[in-house]
Amino acid sequence: MTTQANVDYNVDYNVDYEAVIGLEVHIQLKTRSKMFCSCDREYFDTEPNSHVCAICLGMPGMLPVVNEQAVAYTIMAGLALGCDIPTHSKFDRKNYPYPDLVKGYQISQYDQPFCLGGKLDIEVDGEPRTVHLERIHLEEDTARLLHRDDGAEAYALIDVNRSGSPLMELVTQPDMHSGAEASAFLHKLRRTMRYLQIADADMEKGQLRCDANVSIRPRGQEALGTKVEVKNMNSFRSVQRAIEFEIERQAQVLAEGGRIVQETRGYVDATGVTVSQRSKEEANDYRYFPEPDIPPTVLDEATTQAIRARMPELPDARRARFESEYSLSPDEARTLTDSRERSEDFEAAVRAAGGGLARPVALLFIGEVARHLNELGQEAELSETPVTPAHVAELAGLLERREVTGTTAKEVLAIAFETGEMPAAIVEARGLKAVSDEGAIDEIAARMIEANPKAVEDYRSGKKSAIGFLVGQVMREAKGRADANTVSSLLRKRLDSGS
Amino acid sequence: MAFDPAHLDRTAHEHAAALRAGDYTATALTEATLERLRQQEHLNAYITLTEDLALRQAQEADARLRVGEGGPLTGVPVGVKDLLSTRDVRTTAGSRMLEDFTPVLDCTVVERLNAAGAVTVGKTNLDEFAMGSSTEHSAFGPTRNPWGRDGQGNLDRVPGGSSGGSAATVAARGVPLSLGTDTGGSIRQPAALCGVLGMKPTYGRVSRFGVVAFASSLEQVGPIGRDAEDVADLLQAIAGQDQMDSTTAPVPVPDFKERFARGLDGLRVGVPAEFFGEGLDPAVRQPVEAAIDAMEAQGATIVRDIALPSVRAALPVYYIIAPSEASANLARYDGVKYGFAVTDGLSAEDEMARTRGEGFGAEVKRRVMLGTYALSAGYYDAYYLKAQKVRTVIRGEFEAALEQCDVIVSPTSPNTAFRFAEKLDDPYAMYLNDLYTIPVNIAGNPGLSIPCGFADGLPVGLQLVGRPFEEATLLGVAHAYEAIADWNRQAPPPVGTQG
Repeated sequence: MTTQANVDYNVDYNVDYEAVIGLEVHIQLKTRSKMFCSCDREYFDTEPNSHVCAICLGMPGMLPVVNEQAVAYTIMAGLALGCDIPTHSKFDRKNYPYPDLVKGYQISQYDQPFCLGGKLDIEVDGEPRTVHLERIHLEEDTARLLHRDDGAEAYALIDVNRSGSPLMELVTQPDMHSGAEASAFLHKLRRTMRYLQIADADMEKGQLRCDANVSIRPRGQEALGTKVEVKNMNSFRSVQRAIEFEIERQAQVLAEGGRIVQETRGYVDATGVTVSQRSKEEANDYRYFPEPDIPPTVLDEATTQAIRARMPELPDARRARFESEYSLSPDEARTLTDSRERSEDFEAAVRAAGGGLARPVALLFIGEVARHLNELGQEAELSETPVTPAHVAELAGLLERREVTGTTAKEVLAIAFETGEMPAAIVEARGLKAVSDEGAIDEIAARMIEANPKAVEDYRSGKKSAIGFLVGQVMREAKGRADANTVSSLLRKRLDSGS
Repeated sequence: MAFDPAHLDRTAHEHAAALRAGDYTATALTEATLERLRQQEHLNAYITLTEDLALRQAQEADARLRVGEGGPLTGVPVGVKDLLSTRDVRTTAGSRMLEDFTPVLDCTVVERLNAAGAVTVGKTNLDEFAMGSSTEHSAFGPTRNPWGRDGQGNLDRVPGGSSGGSAATVAARGVPLSLGTDTGGSIRQPAALCGVLGMKPTYGRVSRFGVVAFASSLEQVGPIGRDAEDVADLLQAIAGQDQMDSTTAPVPVPDFKERFARGLDGLRVGVPAEFFGEGLDPAVRQPVEAAIDAMEAQGATIVRDIALPSVRAALPVYYIIAPSEASANLARYDGVKYGFAVTDGLSAEDEMARTRGEGFGAEVKRRVMLGTYALSAGYYDAYYLKAQKVRTVIRGEFEAALEQCDVIVSPTSPNTAFRFAEKLDDPYAMYLNDLYTIPVNIAGNPGLSIPCGFADGLPVGLQLVGRPFEEATLLGVAHAYEAIADWNRQAPPPVGTQG
């Protein structure tokens, strides 16, 4: 990749480089049927070649009929990302031979996609940034090749279940400058897709695929450097690492006096490096031309408006509303709006709890509820558990009325996650009600002071932290059902007064 | 109920009347038809005879007829071009590539034919993938025209193409009706050369679903028959919007015989000079001019000052658009999924290349290469895009011309049926056969070829071109012309077991 003949003696070996990154993202749309036929779209965990028909098998004479839901989803994505939705768009044929492409061409969109422009606001290390989009278009997915090698020969099996699934391709402008930005962009994009409920966009399942165009240039220079396309990343983390490696590699090539070759490189997850796959000279000529089997699409304003009317509140808007409506910090609001389902569960719980309980409900969701869900998996939601927003609402009420202590609340929630019982019933059945009688607590405090002369002595000799031990002893005796502040003040009163 | 073989010379509507009157059964008619088709085997009009299927359909037709449910096609034998997918009946497209390919479903047109109670007797011969004007480009050998014999009395003329089998079998009184497809004249030109009627409906009038695709934006399925009434009845059965073909038009289907009572009085007949220029065989011009005079004598107004200046560009436009679409449409024949396959190649690419090399004939390869070239990077604007612009101009000229007249008439083909091999090695001479039919596909208008006389003992066709979706006008003119000239009732000398 570095040839000595190309050494440029004008290269400044101490130059500070800036990376320029653009992404091409493919997202599978969660439609019921495939893009151009009525086959079930789902292919994950399906028997190979069970969701196929003459159309998605590319049999002679078969014709595509556009899936209106896929078009509506693409336009919804475009509206959510602030794209222009042109009145006229069309499908084109992209020609290239490959065994996974059943017709020998892919129906895609070339020069008149459904969505143009647009942007996505992201935050990297607390800094707001904007990533502009070139376009979003709709196309069909290919079949899957399953490569086999039984020792005697290497061959490939074809699973056509994925063939003809709707695939949305989103192309960004070269607006990003680090792997972290690319990763933040993808996270935000996925969240938006999930809010819209048009895609799950799980990269590990191939529902979101991402190629990165990476180039570097001396900081301050206007002209872009030679770009390299990086492929084969299968997680947000690998996208970030692949980009970071590629930036480093290019900087090193330039530092050694080499030149960047325009090429496609594949990321190798195991070693964290990119390797050359093909150069620009070998690139395909796709011979795009308008798809004659599908008349051009004309979208009137009413159709676009009807799609817009079906869109939910988006993450940024919801976060801002949560901050003002529920007096939450930006971080709290962000956590609560991370997924559409969690944000909706939160609001359902707030409504169920009645007025004034938004904050304790929020703290439960951000704290204990999140902890339980994380144990179930990174993207687990409340609906997968026996706990409902009503549980959380009731528990917040118990806490607010000091009928349970914070410690007991954790215990109650753990039981609820186990059994689905309502918090009040759990407290009642197990006698977990907070001890609110100060006399009873004071009596325990007196006994504990009696039983721990060493700690008392430490406290009185100025080691004030010793009180923590005594609080713990009282709490244990009260089985967590006493309020820690009350315990602490009662202990202090006794110790300071010398009794 | 003995069946007189002389009845086989009847038209479809004559059969339909006899069947409904109980003069003979569909089964008897079908058995006699199959017997005649076997006698006419040396015409090579069929690639596959579907005798069992035909007899089964005949029995069903008889059951319907017995309860008085017969329609105009119930029990009527029909030949189907082997480009139309038929469930469980191999559909070869005249190609070695699909020699053993059996579709899993019927094309929409055949489905409608079945619903009408027609008896499909077999799959007719054609130029490979409908690319040709003589049926010599069939992997299953050429079809013979029942007209025209050499000194020894042998049939020595081509039937035209690509629907040569469909035209020849109707001309030879094998069947009263057949279906063809017309991309640049493939119904009208063989109809003209065989002395029968053939219609290319308006683009979008008839479903293409299940029709092995050659040039998607140009082709239509259409009827071939021996009088206007039969052609109208068959068109009636197959026409109309189809949910499976997005390019079918949401236009109501009229009664295609609604103009049969009108006559020629007051009809404005456009005669554009562009269709009577260089290249037209004077022997063909003579009967065409005579037919125009006969129409005038019946009260038609001849309009000679219409202009179609851009039709001179129609042939080059066609030979850019049709091969471009074909290059994509035929890309699916790669030996991976179905059809002919070379399986002992050195690699997947090698097998794909050799599958095409051995599976496709010379004319198909020529057009795939033409189309691939025209769509290539750097040539697209100069060829494909320019061709589409000229196409728009040609369409506009037809629209303007048909404001000044009700039908445009011309010769269907500049020459009569030529001898085998006469033009096989000269593609351009072969292409010129479609000089007058191609502009109609470029514009999308309906076109009908009707017999209008003979030149040197060979049939001559008159082409009628109408406004989009006004097939009924053309059929009305044809019906009126039949009343004054009986060219359509001229039969070739009987085709015995030896020509």
